[in-house]
Amino acid sequence: MQSAISLSLSSPSPITRSDCTAAAAANAYLCTPRSLRFCGLRREVFESKSFNSLSVSTRLVPCSRDSSFKKVYAALQSNGKPSKGGFDYDLVIIGAGVGGHGAALHAVEKGLKTAIIEGDVVGGTCVNRGCVPSKALLAVSGRMRELQNEHHMKSFGLQVAAAGYDRQGVANHANNLASKIRSNLTNSMKALGVDILTGTGTILGPQKLKFGKGDSGDTIITAKDIIIATGSVPLVPKGIEVDGKSVITSDHALKLEFVPEWIAIVGSGYIGLEFSDVYTALGSEVTFIEALDQLMPGFDPEIGKLAQRVLINPRKIDYHTGVFASKITPAKDGKPVIIELIDAKTKEPKGTVEVDAALIATGRAPFTQGLGLENINIQTQRGFVPVDERMRVIDANGKLVPHLYCIGDANGKMMLAHAASAQGISVVEQVSGKDHVLNHLSIPAACFTHPEISMVGLTEPQAREKAEKEGFEVSITKTSFKANTKALAENEGEGIAKLIYRPDTGEILGVHIFGLHAADLIHEASNAIAMGTRIQDIKFAVHAHPTLSEVLDELFKSAKVISSSPVAQPAAV
Amino acid sequence: MASLLQSRTPSLSFSSSLSSTPVIRPSAFFLKPRSGSRVPVVRAKIREIFMPALSSTMTEGKIVSWIKSEGDVLSKGESVVVVESDKADMDVETFYDGILAAIVINEGETAPVGAAIGILAETEDEIAEAKAKATSQSSSAPPPSAPKVEESSPAPQVDAPSPAVAAAPAPTAAPSTPGKVVATPYANKLAKQHKVDIGKLVGTGPFGRITPEDVEKAAGITPASKSNVAAPAAPVASAAPAAVPPKAPSSFPEIPGSTVVPFTTMQAAVSKNMLESLTVPTFRVGYPIATDALDALYEKVKPKGVTMTALLAKAAAMALAQHPVVNATCKDGKSFTHNSSINIAVAVAINGGLITPVLQDADKLDLYLLSQKWKELVEKARAKQLQPNEYNSGTFTLSNLGMFGVDRFDAILPPGQGAIMAVGASKPTVLADKDGFFSVKNKMLVNVTADHRIIYGADLAAFLQTFSKIIENPESLTM
Repeated sequence: MQSAISLSLSSPSPITRSDCTAAAAANAYLCTPRSLRFCGLRREVFESKSFNSLSVSTRLVPCSRDSSFKKVYAALQSNGKPSKGGFDYDLVIIGAGVGGHGAALHAVEKGLKTAIIEGDVVGGTCVNRGCVPSKALLAVSGRMRELQNEHHMKSFGLQVAAAGYDRQGVANHANNLASKIRSNLTNSMKALGVDILTGTGTILGPQKLKFGKGDSGDTIITAKDIIIATGSVPLVPKGIEVDGKSVITSDHALKLEFVPEWIAIVGSGYIGLEFSDVYTALGSEVTFIEALDQLMPGFDPEIGKLAQRVLINPRKIDYHTGVFASKITPAKDGKPVIIELIDAKTKEPKGTVEVDAALIATGRAPFTQGLGLENINIQTQRGFVPVDERMRVIDANGKLVPHLYCIGDANGKMMLAHAASAQGISVVEQVSGKDHVLNHLSIPAACFTHPEISMVGLTEPQAREKAEKEGFEVSITKTSFKANTKALAENEGEGIAKLIYRPDTGEILGVHIFGLHAADLIHEASNAIAMGTRIQDIKFAVHAHPTLSEVLDELFKSAKVISSSPVAQPAAV
Repeated sequence: MASLLQSRTPSLSFSSSLSSTPVIRPSAFFLKPRSGSRVPVVRAKIREIFMPALSSTMTEGKIVSWIKSEGDVLSKGESVVVVESDKADMDVETFYDGILAAIVINEGETAPVGAAIGILAETEDEIAEAKAKATSQSSSAPPPSAPKVEESSPAPQVDAPSPAVAAAPAPTAAPSTPGKVVATPYANKLAKQHKVDIGKLVGTGPFGRITPEDVEKAAGITPASKSNVAAPAAPVASAAPAAVPPKAPSSFPEIPGSTVVPFTTMQAAVSKNMLESLTVPTFRVGYPIATDALDALYEKVKPKGVTMTALLAKAAAMALAQHPVVNATCKDGKSFTHNSSINIAVAVAINGGLITPVLQDADKLDLYLLSQKWKELVEKARAKQLQPNEYNSGTFTLSNLGMFGVDRFDAILPPGQGAIMAVGASKPTVLADKDGFFSVKNKMLVNVTADHRIIYGADLAAFLQTFSKIIENPESLTM
């Protein structure tokens, strides 16, 4: 029983790559919802390890002038003493978001004396104004959606009286979740003895920085290595007036201070899509305003098409594509929010939209101001800190700045919380003497709509472009959630999984999933890419039955690899 | 399967699924006589969109959804329809530019492989013809496109803020008139679905915008085709029944010389109650009861001021005491409301109206007190001095038309009560007993109407059996 259809290509088709990056260059905020840059699409080395003989652990060197040494927590895992060289710290991280947190934990594990500077609250965007509270809202919207779907309930034989919600209760859930995760993060760093320094961090010169409120009371510290992890803020294009009430960004929307009857969402990337899911479940009607010609520009086109059929068309959502919101005026003087549209290409006026509220989800801008980058001759590019593939900061002359790294949204390589954390860990590996290059193609991404969308690696157009350049074949195979027992038991047969691979080597180029719990399912694929596992090997892995993971099992099994090399025999243990 | 799937584009294009057979219009022949030497010019092409074969085993396919609507301009390579195979849903793309003139197979319906599921016209001129073709083809299926034939112009182009499909620049010129028609996304969707011209609606929403309710009102119909708007069905369903009653009177023809007399307050209340009663699922159970013993008792107690109404009310109250469910009320459609007292409302015709004075605690008062009470109530009713709790606290209603010679009738259950009893006249009836002996006895027919949400057939039968025993052995009434 083959439940997938393979499309085989003997020569790459003339499909042009999504012009996402090109458009992004012209209009920074257009496609930033997922501003992935696949590093020129070259085949990346999975992990180039070069063991450095100089990587003798420096934590063993005692240091007598430890002025900032305060407390020692659990002896084995404690934040060590700074290494020789007269620095206050081995590593100072500016920004205690998810990226900085991941780096700090790993640094302590590596025996580095570590401090983290935070000017706001620990947790950064993800925990306080992003992924975390939005998941709380989406959890509510998912349940509302289920309870409101009479047909769905009836097919289970369930009877539910009209579902309703208490807005403040929903908002509290999101807020409580954020504070809980925030205190978890803070405690985990405190427990390991990471010094949490409060204030704005500014780089004064090589290996030297200050922190504080920006006045004379600032403290100057030195560090062997510095990581910039200052993250990003919502991007608001010019012409748009954000008043925090009727014209809002995700920062305000997550507080859920009101549920408008009709809200326009500017930008149909991750953030916009997730909020459309929340708002429509809570009874709002939604109008998308997207500058590109298609909704959901960052996704694999086929997945986007299916997602639109499930997530947009049947819901109370309409959309304007190929238009900019050139001017947005908040509701005042008894007038609604007025959005003026212009054609994205010709700039001609395309009418106005009058709504009760507008959510600006046009992407995120790096937060790099006040970092003192000018002190060390670094020129940001549209605010982003330029880095090489090892996250080493590049100065205005194109030279590497020693001992300075930048991770996460601030470098713009891949604006995802877990990518920032992975980059941070990679940097710590390097500063503790082990070369490491992160393979961004193995970093999964997910959009937590109902159902979810997830992906790792290349999209089909990207894979085909790469194939054309490098002269190999690309095959596609797909499986449907319709054929999966668990999905059918849940009455959630809508969805597909798509595998893009090389039929000659069995290399996985990309996996895209749209369906129930797609965000949790993607890791089998992302781990396979990270570990370099080939399809001919992974297809022998066993999956529990009946589970959703069998969707991927079938996907791998349906792939046709014409490899001549013998399949690696798993060793019997 | 293989040949289809060798397609080079990511999604499937069914070149073979679109017949390119040009339909030569007879009119083009006759109206445009050309020199005989010329080959007839094919000016118009009407193409059928066929149900594609998505796999070698597929014999029929189900239309999951039409991505495009009738009247939409299609360009080559665009997805038009989603077809469900045994494994997955597939987008079917068009290989030709044109206009989707007609949908032959609607969403949710199935068609055999190769059957026409839609008609593609090359230009607007061919739409009417294509539609005619579509209607002839959809004769087997429920005729969805029948009402659409009347519209000669492609309607969907009017709705201004409807999302402009990126590749179809032609029809949506509307947004350039800066937002005169403001309709919410769902209102637009409904308008398209019900073919309502949104430009002609007057919005009642905030800032004068057109709301989904406005469109529903204009459409005036319960959405028959569920299409893809599955989840938000609730507001549609609730609006629909409300829309029907006001429409009904307008359809009556006017007869010359008629006069219109407005309802009195009481009549209006009756009318309102009667309409409300339509929402309750009722059923009726009849029971013949011998009344010789009751008649004998009545003759005995009549001089003491006891009326037949009091006798029947007392008998009903005693039966209700044994069958409390018949005395219950269903208030919200979800629960039983068991009433602590048995209050018998008795329907009385007074001054061109109808009122139901209530004998409260009829099971506890004795026959004489009950009769006295009843006399007071009737007097009060005539003087219009009844207090609200004296006419609206009933838990069970009794209606007796026996005195007019009516042998049986059917009562309407008043809202808020569980059952009503209609009592017919007692008449001499020839009866045969089980030994085959004939006798003549007085019998009356009792017919009870009850709310079947709380009272079931067996409940009512048991209640009537008890009631009949009380009537046939009426000594207990006087105790």
